[in-house]
Amino acid sequence: MSALMIRDLHKSYGGLEILAGINLEARTGEFVALVGPSGCGKSTLLAMIAGLETVTSGEIWIGDRLVNSVQPKDRDIAMVFQSYALYPTMTVRQNITFGMESRGVPKAEQAEAVKRVAALLQIEQLLNRKPGQLSGGQRQRVAMGRALVRDPKLFLFDEPLSNLDAKLRVDMRTEIKKLHHRVGKTTVYVTHDQVEAMTLASRIAVMNQGSVQQFDTPKRIYDRPTNMFVAGFMGSPAMNFIPARFTGSTSISVRAADGGDATLALAAPLPAGAPKDVVLGVRPEHIYRFTTDLKSRKPAVEPMQAPVELVEPTGAETLAVLRLGDLEITGRFEPDDAPVMGETITLGIDMSRACLFDPATKALL
Amino acid sequence: MAEIAANARHDPEAAAATRRYFWARFLVYAVLTLFAVIYLAPLLVVVFNSLREQSDIARNGLISLPRSFRLDAWAQAWGTYCVSGTCEGMKRNFFNSLWMTIPATLISTLLGAMNGYVLSKWRFKGSEILFNLMLLGVFMPGQISLMPWAFLLGKLGLTNSTYGLVLIHVVQGISFTTLFCRNFYVSIPDDLIKAARIDGAGFWRIFRKIILPLSPPILIVTVIWQFTGIWNEYLFGVVFTSGQQQPITAALVALTAGGTTARAYDVMSAAVLIGALPPLLIYLFGGKYFVRGLTQGAIK
Amino acid sequence: MSTRDLTVPVTAPATPWRQRLGTIVPILVLAPSLAASFVYVFVFTLWTLYLSLSSSSLMPTYGFVGLDNYASLWANRRWNIAYTNLFLFSGFYIVGSMAIGLLLAILIDQRVRGEAVWRTIFLYPLAVSFIVTGTVWSWLYNPVDGIQAFVRGLGWADFSFALTANRNTAIYAVIITGIWQSSGFAMALFLAGLRSVDPDLIKAAQIDGASVSRTYRKVILPTIAPIFLAVAVIQIQFAIKTFDLVAALTRGGPGVSTTFPAIYVYDLMFQRGQIGEGAAAAMMMLAALAVVLVPYSVWIVWRRRAEGRNG
Repeated sequence: MSALMIRDLHKSYGGLEILAGINLEARTGEFVALVGPSGCGKSTLLAMIAGLETVTSGEIWIGDRLVNSVQPKDRDIAMVFQSYALYPTMTVRQNITFGMESRGVPKAEQAEAVKRVAALLQIEQLLNRKPGQLSGGQRQRVAMGRALVRDPKLFLFDEPLSNLDAKLRVDMRTEIKKLHHRVGKTTVYVTHDQVEAMTLASRIAVMNQGSVQQFDTPKRIYDRPTNMFVAGFMGSPAMNFIPARFTGSTSISVRAADGGDATLALAAPLPAGAPKDVVLGVRPEHIYRFTTDLKSRKPAVEPMQAPVELVEPTGAETLAVLRLGDLEITGRFEPDDAPVMGETITLGIDMSRACLFDPATKALL
Repeated sequence: MAEIAANARHDPEAAAATRRYFWARFLVYAVLTLFAVIYLAPLLVVVFNSLREQSDIARNGLISLPRSFRLDAWAQAWGTYCVSGTCEGMKRNFFNSLWMTIPATLISTLLGAMNGYVLSKWRFKGSEILFNLMLLGVFMPGQISLMPWAFLLGKLGLTNSTYGLVLIHVVQGISFTTLFCRNFYVSIPDDLIKAARIDGAGFWRIFRKIILPLSPPILIVTVIWQFTGIWNEYLFGVVFTSGQQQPITAALVALTAGGTTARAYDVMSAAVLIGALPPLLIYLFGGKYFVRGLTQGAIK
Repeated sequence: MSTRDLTVPVTAPATPWRQRLGTIVPILVLAPSLAASFVYVFVFTLWTLYLSLSSSSLMPTYGFVGLDNYASLWANRRWNIAYTNLFLFSGFYIVGSMAIGLLLAILIDQRVRGEAVWRTIFLYPLAVSFIVTGTVWSWLYNPVDGIQAFVRGLGWADFSFALTANRNTAIYAVIITGIWQSSGFAMALFLAGLRSVDPDLIKAAQIDGASVSRTYRKVILPTIAPIFLAVAVIQIQFAIKTFDLVAALTRGGPGVSTTFPAIYVYDLMFQRGQIGEGAAAAMMMLAALAVVLVPYSVWIVWRRRAEGRNG
């Protein structure tokens, strides 16, 4: 059964359309990430699920209830905010019990719940402090504690990690994942960070301009993006887009560094009705230094020449900017095997992992 | 340190810079002191005169150090001095002012806090327009409302009464208190309200448990502003009350205008100080917060 | 997508009346203040406007006389003095209090010792009423007992300081007292403005070799330009509403030399029983305020919009 179901949801302010027909679903216990650039409507969607924004049209179901006009407090949800939204004048304990107090939960039961959550999040020693005396990571924990104590049907996270520094963000990400495994609550998680979405979610909804571009598992989204937006948004460095043209049913040609055309064989025959001009999408990690040995291991690798414009070592890997006609593409290399600036190398593009897009519709072919 | 100083060669440029710095600092303090004297002098003159004997003032003028310390003038000004026939000093008017200022301040502050809460956290269609409408009250000159108030107070039977003045000051004050509180509450993150709504808190519970505990900085500003403003107000006091019912500002004018013969500067000085003391005390204790709050957003 | 039989009856949504109550409570809370403000701002203004067009004298009556009251107001020498005084006073008062306020703010901004003490000294007049200030200064201006007598007593026998005794100079006594009362307020606002300037900006100017005065003139003061305008607008309001100060200091005299519009309104309405003309004078005060405040509000709105566009 699905814990959350959204049907053809619309939201507009005045004449401005924020959400244009959203369809989503989260199965019980599932972790769904909403990801997209700022202004794509993901936070509005979350606020509508929470009941903090009104619905223009469409349906939101939580469990088997249509909640369109249900007050936030009656939706059986809990939410963690980007700013944490901890009540600054209350202690951590009062922050956690505020919701139960509002609902008239008996004191003894409140104390029990606080104890359970504090142990779960290891914040027992912070209970009598005020939010102002906590570090960023501690605030984050308390905010989650406030949500967890409710034992709700649905957890909502609104960019909960974006106010933390890089290292803490990675730690807390792991923590949230562990917590989700242990508690097993249905979760909707909004983020603009595609890495967070990839690592945490069981399914990702990639949003842009008020609509869901693709709703699928992280692997499918990464490997088979339905359009150029999803392809470009997910993955860092971004997927390389190379204009290409069909030269036969199983080969395409791209403009090479020397101004001439290079012909690449396709791993699979082109679909029927495909346009003559296409865009070849290649992820940086599917670009190699071409060797005969590689070709024998990965038969779909196709060679072509490219000069190296710039090399960026990051330690674990080395990124190289390569010139391809008027285009610059990025490749990801093993540091030991990385190209040198100024060198012209023979690239190997793994065509079995490449995607082809229609430049007119931007859709995957 | 000492070694470096000993080894340092004499640098005429550095010495000149040091000299210039010294004179610049001297000038800064000199000018500040001059202005401080100008600002404090009137206060000192009044304090001294309230302690001097009238004969001493008549002989040596107003500006002179006291040769005696007597509190007679204070006692007279408070309880027995005669103004146009009645000899009760200022105490009645002092309490009139107090019973006018305290309720008017509290009511207008409370209303302002609730209005500011609605206008910042429970906005609805048209609420910005309503806010701007209320804001117009800040700019209204009191003279515009004199005749309408006179009529209204007459109808309500509140002419020549402290209650009438309370009503006027509450209505007039709402614009200020609402403006102050609304501007302050806007800076409280909306996420707090959202979190509280999800936690099951309603309009009033959010106000009491979340907004009010965060409000002291702005409530201090509002209370000081309203208290000093209402206490010091004169126009409505002199127009709508008379004699025994007058607030202290109006009574002060009557007192100091009254003596056509030898002016009892000692008593008048004490009376002026009695009239100035409550807002001065409020300011001395709360001024620090007042300036901070005022510049944090009340004036924008 | 999971399959769901939509014909299954669902739990009823929250009761409508409760939800409606949720949106009504804020409006109910606002309503009394709103009604009061509406009456105060609009009804009272229109009422006074109507009185200004009526033949009201001792008591309000509602015979319509058109602009007669305004004509007779402007024909009156005393009103013209009052209006001229208002302009003279406003000009000197605003420039004077801003200049002194700015000077004091800059001096205090030089990391002086005992900043809180200086601030308190310059700001305390703000807590005192214009009545108190006016009364005390009227004594100081008094040639027989005040400053003139004091300086003469020091040995400067022909020293003269009798502003309030002369109808040509009395207005300056009002101006000086007004500045004394409110330059501290200007100082507080300027000081807050100076403190809000990005310290990196000042460091950059110092490294660029700018002197202190150049840094103030070219870098700091231009960035706090909006504060100048805000202070000016607040002071103009004080100036136009000035009633208490004059009432306590000169009572409009000598003669009618320090009459102000606010004083004149009071006289017409309550001393001479010319309510209609008094209302006309009050409307002229409102007009003077509007001349200042309407452009300022428009400018504020325009600036907010511009800021909104740029970021």
